[in-house]
Amino acid sequence: MLKIDNINTFYGKIQALKNVSIEVSEGEIITLIGANGAGKSTTLMSISGIVPARTGKIYFEGQEISSLEPDQIVGLGISQVPEGRRIFPNLTVRENLDLGAFLRKDKAAIHKDLDMVFELFPILAQRRHQAGGTLSGGEQQMLAISRAIMGRPRLLLLDEPSLGLAPLIVQQIFEIITQINQENKTTIFLVEQNAYLALKIAHRGYVMETGTVTLTDTGANLMQNEEVKNAYLGV
Amino acid sequence: MNYFTEVVLSGLTRGSIYALIALGYTMVYGIIELINFAHGEIYMIGAFTALILASVLTIFGFNTIAILFLASIIAIVYSAMYGYTMEKVAYKPIRNSQRLSALISAIGMSMFLQNYVRIAQTSDFLPFPRIIPRFPWLSALPISMSSAQFMIFASTAVVMVLLTFLIKFTKIGKSMRAASQDKVMAKLLGVNVNKVISVTFIIGSATAALGGILISSYTGQINFYIGFLAGIKAFVAAVLGGIGSIPGAVLGSFVLGLTESLGAGYISSDYEDVFAFIILAVILIVKPAGILGKGQIEKV
Ligand SMILES: Nc1ncnc2c1ncn2[C@@H]1O[C@H](COP(=O)(O)OP(=O)(O)OP(=O)(O)O)[C@@H](O)[C@H]1O
Ligand SMILES: [Mg+2]
Repeated sequence: MLKIDNINTFYGKIQALKNVSIEVSEGEIITLIGANGAGKSTTLMSISGIVPARTGKIYFEGQEISSLEPDQIVGLGISQVPEGRRIFPNLTVRENLDLGAFLRKDKAAIHKDLDMVFELFPILAQRRHQAGGTLSGGEQQMLAISRAIMGRPRLLLLDEPSLGLAPLIVQQIFEIITQINQENKTTIFLVEQNAYLALKIAHRGYVMETGTVTLTDTGANLMQNEEVKNAYLGV
Repeated sequence: MNYFTEVVLSGLTRGSIYALIALGYTMVYGIIELINFAHGEIYMIGAFTALILASVLTIFGFNTIAILFLASIIAIVYSAMYGYTMEKVAYKPIRNSQRLSALISAIGMSMFLQNYVRIAQTSDFLPFPRIIPRFPWLSALPISMSSAQFMIFASTAVVMVLLTFLIKFTKIGKSMRAASQDKVMAKLLGVNVNKVISVTFIIGSATAALGGILISSYTGQINFYIGFLAGIKAFVAAVLGGIGSIPGAVLGSFVLGLTESLGAGYISSDYEDVFAFIILAVILIVKPAGILGKGQIEKV
């Protein structure tokens, strides 16, 4: 479904990604783990076209997307929940969700998805008229995921959804991610620092170090891998 | 009618015009944090275009109402295209450069447009036709208001209502608010931010042109330089209200308009133009973010 082919991405003169290649098949949950500054967020931003790769190509369902604008990439069915959630603070919860469906025209289906999201996270229904900036961290993460779901993506990119959340909320968020994958048939590309949780739900995983992919295997195998255990699982 | 009412009415007239111009300043700043110093020239170009159109339409024998509407609408559309093109030519290519580059480009654009009109037209004041017809029923009002003043108030009110509706409830309005809060996130949701910026310039230019046409038919004369002072004052009004805030721009415009008229009416009309700058100096010292502004603003 998604094929990242040998990309190199730069911030000015600083090279953040070196010859990165990653493939994602339809229906999978794949995870990308790595230390701070490894280049995980940059990988997602290159896919979304915010920080385009300088060399190399990215394909989505056979079509090259590495030269497209971000809004065109969203239009093809790739949504991202970026690091830090990036809720619009001065827009209401409902307006944030409406913007998630910005490119859609199927009004009836949008309404159904809104109901689904409110069922998934009842707290958002209660807070729908409240400004996004007034939500708690956990609620903002729920809103960020819901906003992305409102776009009905076929590939959902998630950047550290567990960051700064209490264990119970993290648990809930990960359950929902699995649910979205199984019920909505949405392919998931999950970036996480919490390697244990990520590898547990992922079919396959990639390990990234200073801009390069150093290891890839199934989630289960990576969890048994000595290097991964030492570096990321803290055992 | 007593002197005070007259002075207040004239202050509200000025305030309305400043508001129509300040909207463009504040909306553009809200989205790309640029002070578009060439914005006043769009106001001037709107007035000149309407003047030319009105003259041509008069030759062809159109009646007053037809001239008013045709000249205004075509001039507004034409000026909006100017604003759109200005952004594409002078600002978009340097959007990722330092802030100073955009500022210099804006000042350059302003000088270019002023001199272009000066050479293409004239540097003298030209009489502006009275395109606003007399409304006889206005004399029934307890306060005496000219038909031009009435048109200025009515148009400003309509523009404010339409704009509020647009920004609050429409899709483009929501994408404008989203882009002004977080451009990257707006892009990640499929918003074409370039388009949002273009629409912002188009709306701001259209309201400025409307202001230019209205004020010229009120004062009855124009030249290539009218956009400069009006632009600076509307900028002061936008800063006064809190740059980036639309209600702030409107509030700041009326505060400025009333201060100027009251100052000119009760202190001395020689210092009419000085009040704007006194207000600017005071607000920058007392509350740099403006009356309705939030947080710090960067000095430009
Ligand atoms: N806007 C930027 N300008 C310059 N350098 C940047 C920028 N964003 C990221 N970098 C650099 O690129 C490298 C990769 O950063 P990235 O954010 O992709 O890491 P990450 O794996 O997501 O880290 P974390 O786990 O801390 O989120 C880092 O060295 C970082 O300093
Ligand atoms: Mg990151």
